[in-house]
Amino acid sequence: MLSRTADHLYWMARYIERAENVARVLDVTYHMSLLPTESSHELTLWDSVLEIAGIREIYDRSYSSIQAANVIQHLVMDSQNPSSIYSSLRSARENARAVRVAMTTETWENMNTLWLEFGQFIQQDLTQSGLSAFCEWVKSRSHLFRGVCFGTMLRDEAFSFVRLGTFMERADNTARLLDVKYATLMPIQEANEGAVDYYEWSAVLRSVSAFQAYQKVYRDAIEPVKVSELLILREDMPRSLHACYAEIMPILRQVAGSRQTEAVRLAGQMHARLHYGRMLEIVKTGVHAFLDEFILANRTLGEEIQRNFLTMPT
Amino acid sequence: MTQTAKQFFDEMQGYGNSLRGIYLAYQRWLAGVPTQQLAAKRAEAELLFRRVGITFNVYGEEDGAERLIPFDVIPRLISASEWAHLSKGAVQRVRALNMFLHDLYHDQEIIRAGIVPNSLLSNAQFRPEMVGVNVPNQVYAHVAGIDLVRTSESQFYVLEDNLRTPSGVSYMLEDRKMMMRLFPDLFRKYPIAPVEHYPSVLLNNLRSVAQTGISDPTVVLLSPGAYNSAYFEHAFLAQQMGIELVEGQDLFVRNNAVYMRTTQGPQRVDVIYRRIDDDFLDPLVFKPDSLLGVPGLLSVYRNGGVTLANAVGTGVADDKATYVYVPEMIKFYLGESPILQNVPTYQLSKEDDLAYVLAHLPELVVKEVQGSGGYGMLVGPTASKQEIEEFRLRIVSKPDNYIAQPTLALSTCPTLVDQGIAPRHVDLRPFVLSGKAVSVVPGGLSRVALKQGSLVVNSSQGGGTKDTWVLERDDVTLENAPASITSMLQQQEGVLC
Repeated sequence: MLSRTADHLYWMARYIERAENVARVLDVTYHMSLLPTESSHELTLWDSVLEIAGIREIYDRSYSSIQAANVIQHLVMDSQNPSSIYSSLRSARENARAVRVAMTTETWENMNTLWLEFGQFIQQDLTQSGLSAFCEWVKSRSHLFRGVCFGTMLRDEAFSFVRLGTFMERADNTARLLDVKYATLMPIQEANEGAVDYYEWSAVLRSVSAFQAYQKVYRDAIEPVKVSELLILREDMPRSLHACYAEIMPILRQVAGSRQTEAVRLAGQMHARLHYGRMLEIVKTGVHAFLDEFILANRTLGEEIQRNFLTMPT
Repeated sequence: MTQTAKQFFDEMQGYGNSLRGIYLAYQRWLAGVPTQQLAAKRAEAELLFRRVGITFNVYGEEDGAERLIPFDVIPRLISASEWAHLSKGAVQRVRALNMFLHDLYHDQEIIRAGIVPNSLLSNAQFRPEMVGVNVPNQVYAHVAGIDLVRTSESQFYVLEDNLRTPSGVSYMLEDRKMMMRLFPDLFRKYPIAPVEHYPSVLLNNLRSVAQTGISDPTVVLLSPGAYNSAYFEHAFLAQQMGIELVEGQDLFVRNNAVYMRTTQGPQRVDVIYRRIDDDFLDPLVFKPDSLLGVPGLLSVYRNGGVTLANAVGTGVADDKATYVYVPEMIKFYLGESPILQNVPTYQLSKEDDLAYVLAHLPELVVKEVQGSGGYGMLVGPTASKQEIEEFRLRIVSKPDNYIAQPTLALSTCPTLVDQGIAPRHVDLRPFVLSGKAVSVVPGGLSRVALKQGSLVVNSSQGGGTKDTWVLERDDVTLENAPASITSMLQQQEGVLC
């Protein structure tokens, strides 16, 4: 297929996934902020949302201080913020529109309906109420998007690049979420003589739909290391890093065919680490260090995918 | 007869209250449907069109919002005998035009015979680059849109030929799909000729004009991209034909061949159905600042390394300055008399014509020779004094640039507007396809001027579209309509019980 078409499909899926992840983090943070807590802690909560999205600098350019309403506004509707849900959904739809031919009619109409429905939220003030309903809507549209792709698309290259976009973005988002939360919560835990903040860690789990999975797998109190294991190494946990790379690997092998590409090599290397790695070792080197390295490697892989498949030299 | 007293021919009612035969069944049906219900159907259609994304961008509108072309739920009917006449005439015309283009870029016999003037060779649409170039099957206009208007029961005119990159066929197809969805019962009452096979005829034709020796040609559709006003149509047709929708940046030229960049490396392209104007095709030959085209494309094309549809340089044949000679072309190349007539046309390059036109501006329609899309034209009867005087100055300063025609009494068709159902002026663009043979799918784009009294049907000027029903037989009565689906189901249930 055309490299440009593959590029649009890949980014369409990435932007949808990005919107979903922002919505997930926002929703859970909003719920956390409703619990009785010190105001300084509430600010830390909203601050970490910006860190997870990696847009602290962009935010600081527009706002002088961290305030819930501003963070929400910035992450939902701000067209100046490239990571806002608005920007992501608009980009997703523009990518879709550019290659509507390459997808099934249902997939395109689903994307177009998403954008038309989004219009009704633009007028609403989501900082006061309705944020949860909005986040639910984003999540369900994202579910629908994956479902319509899965249920209607021919299993050809177009489908492969859509899936690739989804899992590349998801791996990045899960790693960032865990990294930021680990960095902010562990020092507090140490200061409190090892007392685990149940609500904070269960919020982390909920934001990646992993709370019930945790209970099922561990049947135990929530511990940061086990949460990390679930989100890094468990292959059966659909938003874990391992699960993402278990999808990415075969897709890349398939689209590369007989060609030797750097993308396949990098993905294979990371997949092996996740597949054969143990939590004990990761803890030894440091969860934070591991995640930082992962985020960087994932970004490098993204660049190679771009170079190997999406922007072909003549 | 004064302008106000003028009677327009109505597609449903003729000149008065005499209902035309083919509309009988429809009119009876319509009489039983409340206007609110029709309006609700129209609203449903708009919702669906928006969801499907059948929108277009309007040039010069700042917000860049995507708009819908208004869709009218009342169809325009064409009888089987009318269609036999129109389609024969349109095919004849396109055959002659293709022969004219071949001749013009080769021996120029028609000029030597003194039938068309030498001055055509200095027309901006004449492409010297095409002289002596041989195109497969000698087909230049693979897709032609012939704009027809009707002024009475028996009188149709060709308003213009569109031979460059004619658009609108997606509306013919989507309007039909919509009508079948909104009013399935009507399709049981009428023997309406199907149009859905258009993309497959087009694809077969495009494959048939690949250079000889290519057994399984790769066909692509070249579009200016998602911000073009006709992008929906490009995407739609590419999807229907199952071919790649490419932009200039996706193609490149190497070793006298055109390739597209794919995830599996370069892939050879044999036929390009291009929806980009000549000027933007190749920055090395035409507009150097064009980013839409492919550098080197024309050189490959001239050497026979790729087929372009439509061919480069067709604009000289649909130019309004050439239009007047088409009836003569038909006689010259085919030895036949023209089936469809031209609108009487004044050529302002001729002194007598110019003098007449300047003296009768309020009655005439004046068009820019190279204008299209309803821009740059004067409709005398509806223009203000000031507009007429402004236009007069433009004509006087460059008379060669204009032609003039009498204001035609375009037929009207019942149309759903704010005030209810009212007559509005319509035209018709059937699409003539040329490959190994020349054919026309029974239907076309019916455009309707939604403003009361307006004769300008272009979508960029507030026109809408209607489904066009070409009937396969004319003996339509309610009695011979097949049983409705409900009664059929009831019968089946009866058997089951």
